[in-house]
Amino acid sequence: MPDHVPDEAITHGDGGAAALAIGAAESLERTPGTGPGGAPTGRARSLWRDAWHDLRRNPVFVVSALIILFLVVIAIRPQLIADGNPYRADLAKAQAGPEPGHPFGFDTQGRDVYTRVVYGARASITVGVCATAGVALLGSLLGGLAGFFGGWWDTLLSRLADIFFGIPVILGGLVFLSVVTSSTVWPVIGFIVLLGWPQIARIARGAVFTAKQNDYVQAARALGAGNGRMLLRHIAPNAVAPVIVVATIALGTYISLEATLSYLGAGLKPPTVSWGIDISAASTSIRNAPHMLLWPAGALSVTVLAFIMLGDAVRDALDPKLR
Amino acid sequence: MTTTPEPKLLDVRDLKVEFRTRDGIAKAVNGVTYQVAAGQTLAVLGESGSGKSVTAQAVMGILDTPPGFVTGGEIFFQGRDLLTLGREERRKVRGAKMAMIFQDALSSLNPVLSVGAQLGEMYQVHRGLSRKAARGKAVELMERVGIPAAAARVGDFPHQFSGGMRQRIMIAMALALEPELIIADEPTTALDVTVQAQVMDLLAQLQREFHMGLILITHDLGVVADVADTIAVMYAGRIVETAPVHQLYRAPAHPYTRGLLDSIPRLDQKGRTLYAIKGLPPNLTAIPPGCPFNPRCPLAQDVCRTDLPPLYEAGPGRASACHFWKETLGGAR
Amino acid sequence: MGRYVIRRLLQMVPVFIGSTFLIFFMVYALGDPVAAMFGDRAPDPATAAQIRADLYLDQPLWKQYLHYMGQIFQGNFGTAFNGQPVTELMAAAFPVTLRLTLVAILIEMIAGILLGVFSGLRRGRAVDTSVLVFTLVVVSVPTFVSGYVLQFLLGVKWGWVKPAVSIDAPLGELLLPGVVLALVSLAYVTRLTRTSIAENARADYVRTAIAKGLPRHRVITRHLLRNSLIPVVTFIGTDIGALMGGAIVTERIFNIHGVGFQLYQGILRQNSPTVVGFVTILVLVFLFANLIVDLLYAVLDPRIRYA
Repeated sequence: MPDHVPDEAITHGDGGAAALAIGAAESLERTPGTGPGGAPTGRARSLWRDAWHDLRRNPVFVVSALIILFLVVIAIRPQLIADGNPYRADLAKAQAGPEPGHPFGFDTQGRDVYTRVVYGARASITVGVCATAGVALLGSLLGGLAGFFGGWWDTLLSRLADIFFGIPVILGGLVFLSVVTSSTVWPVIGFIVLLGWPQIARIARGAVFTAKQNDYVQAARALGAGNGRMLLRHIAPNAVAPVIVVATIALGTYISLEATLSYLGAGLKPPTVSWGIDISAASTSIRNAPHMLLWPAGALSVTVLAFIMLGDAVRDALDPKLR
Repeated sequence: MTTTPEPKLLDVRDLKVEFRTRDGIAKAVNGVTYQVAAGQTLAVLGESGSGKSVTAQAVMGILDTPPGFVTGGEIFFQGRDLLTLGREERRKVRGAKMAMIFQDALSSLNPVLSVGAQLGEMYQVHRGLSRKAARGKAVELMERVGIPAAAARVGDFPHQFSGGMRQRIMIAMALALEPELIIADEPTTALDVTVQAQVMDLLAQLQREFHMGLILITHDLGVVADVADTIAVMYAGRIVETAPVHQLYRAPAHPYTRGLLDSIPRLDQKGRTLYAIKGLPPNLTAIPPGCPFNPRCPLAQDVCRTDLPPLYEAGPGRASACHFWKETLGGAR
Repeated sequence: MGRYVIRRLLQMVPVFIGSTFLIFFMVYALGDPVAAMFGDRAPDPATAAQIRADLYLDQPLWKQYLHYMGQIFQGNFGTAFNGQPVTELMAAAFPVTLRLTLVAILIEMIAGILLGVFSGLRRGRAVDTSVLVFTLVVVSVPTFVSGYVLQFLLGVKWGWVKPAVSIDAPLGELLLPGVVLALVSLAYVTRLTRTSIAENARADYVRTAIAKGLPRHRVITRHLLRNSLIPVVTFIGTDIGALMGGAIVTERIFNIHGVGFQLYQGILRQNSPTVVGFVTILVLVFLFANLIVDLLYAVLDPRIRYA
């Protein structure tokens, strides 16, 4: 965003440009002077307490948190609910429907769809969590510094963010990942972090910039608080909330992105068990054996939905303006 | 004083409003009764949360519903109970017969429409004028409220005017259809002190000119003294005292009014510690039993903690909701 | 205004260079275009060296980039894997994708705004909740899943539409792909409109409009909508670029021979001119769409003045 555009333009522009999780950004950033604004650290703390109080009683939050907890457990130990081997193929059973012990049927190579769906959680969760952690760290660090120090550093970062925004995500992924031969999750995670950080950086920049304008921060500065203390004690607590909300929703979209890239043949590669790969393989047989596509697709959708719902619930709890 | 009972322009009787929120039911207005006659000014005084604005919104019919609900009472305007009117009839009263001036003109005017369009809209909707004719009317209005170069500025947007000019535009909008009643909700609070007097004078002058009833909502006792005929002091959704303006200043009949008056800085008492009413206004979801003011009242007795005082008649044209109004009145000398 | 446009155009230059160089870097530095030309056969070293020299591949990367950009601005986008000039592929592909994007934008605009207004005005009621659930589900189901499922149900099982799009891609056949492409954006537009409407409905100026005695429909259309749609319009504007780039999945599902299809082929066959050329155009579209959105913003909101 050009630095001379008035604040309103920046707020809305961010909402518009955030390609992956725009829903989260739409109302979190407060234009200086219009929002309830001046929340000192004490109020930031009670904001979290209030938010937690609300969340515990919000069924959306409880349900999505339980789903995510379940998914994380399955990702760590799939054996808990699936004792089969996701690679064992029985060609005689190729594309066969459900039978006792195999509730979801078999895929084209005669592998048990249920076992593969359960084992597929690991790749999705790993990519989602690691990519989000990377994006959130890098983004809030760069964006926070830009918002705090402003000046040429801010300008440079804004231009850099523009460059990454200019590249269509899926295309960039295809180009970048088509030359990678590794079958691990790391190239995918690296790519998402590379293209995802500007989104969080913009949110963090806006939040820090707004927090910096608050009267109590100005007061702390007048009292001689150093930069480090200002950032940690006064500004970071207020900037963390919007970053967490956007990151949670982004986590869902990253999982979706990974599946899309894997579907296009550029994300994860066999032997990694991935919902995206299985959906892609099943897509050619959708007429004969729709169960091969529907089960992994359902698992993928529920996972993405759980994270987006969680982010939504957290956003509602942290943004009292919207009640 | 004339003996013929003049039919009141506005007659609010025992109005009750509550807000149903997640944290419980907030009883914002608990039986407010007041009257305004044509050409008269009633000042409604009170802290924020006393229900003075909510009462006005209920009279205007612009209460946010939900969460706000009128749960009782009557609002007679020109002899008709507004609460019994249908939505469409009620709408025709708004803007045409009674109009409202809000506190913050910047946020109360639509930021993306020119002031001419917003003023002209009154004539287009209520009088069926063409867009062009309405624009001409808008220029006239702007001239009448003293906006320089009105014809040139009619196409400007609200943010291009100064605070005082914006409030004049709000006043112009309220006056557009020459209503019988104007409700001004803290019309000068957001303005610079120097501009406040100008805007207040304009309002008072126009009121005389059109012989309108005026309800002036404010928390500023200074504004009230010059323009009001009668004062109603509100506390916790009730009227605690009404009186002709000068009598109230001379001798308040309620400890709360007294506290308000004592907390005004005065030049002749320089050097003395300024009086402040102790404590905070009550939480409207849990108003204390008895007199709602009792936890903060210096005169509170046992009866104040159990019995809600009615509005006692405390002389001609005045009333006080205090068990000890006589003592309060007497102690004023 | 004029000065602002010039300034923005100048600012676009480094972004354009950065984005295209990044793609150029990925394509040329990470892959081996010459090896790709020969597929599985190992090329004769002398021939390979000759081709490298012809294609400027023996130069440092920044020189290659400059040369490539120089060629592009003379209208020479290079040759695709099948020997056709890339510009010919573009002439065939862009109109198709443009049509698809247009269909998608129209769908997301009409359906998204209607749903958003509807639910924003009835915040917390049953209509609002069901619209919210719908948007959540739509956002959660990846495009390639919803694409296959809709294609299977509407195209194959019930036979309402043709499951695949013919080469010249007439508008009628693009309806279903347009819906698939628009779905996720549609959900965002709905939510954005809903939030914006719900926030503005409590604004002071809306209260003023009611106090003026305006009829409800006038309060909503003239005062509430006019303000609430500003962020929505800007989102839809920036989405044009994103949709064109994102059409790759939709085009693959419905076998549409548009930009996404050509790009996918280019990537599969490691044909660098195709990939870089198409992406360069997409980046330009994205940048100009953003510029137009910013200018539109000033038209819609008089408080914003560009100096």
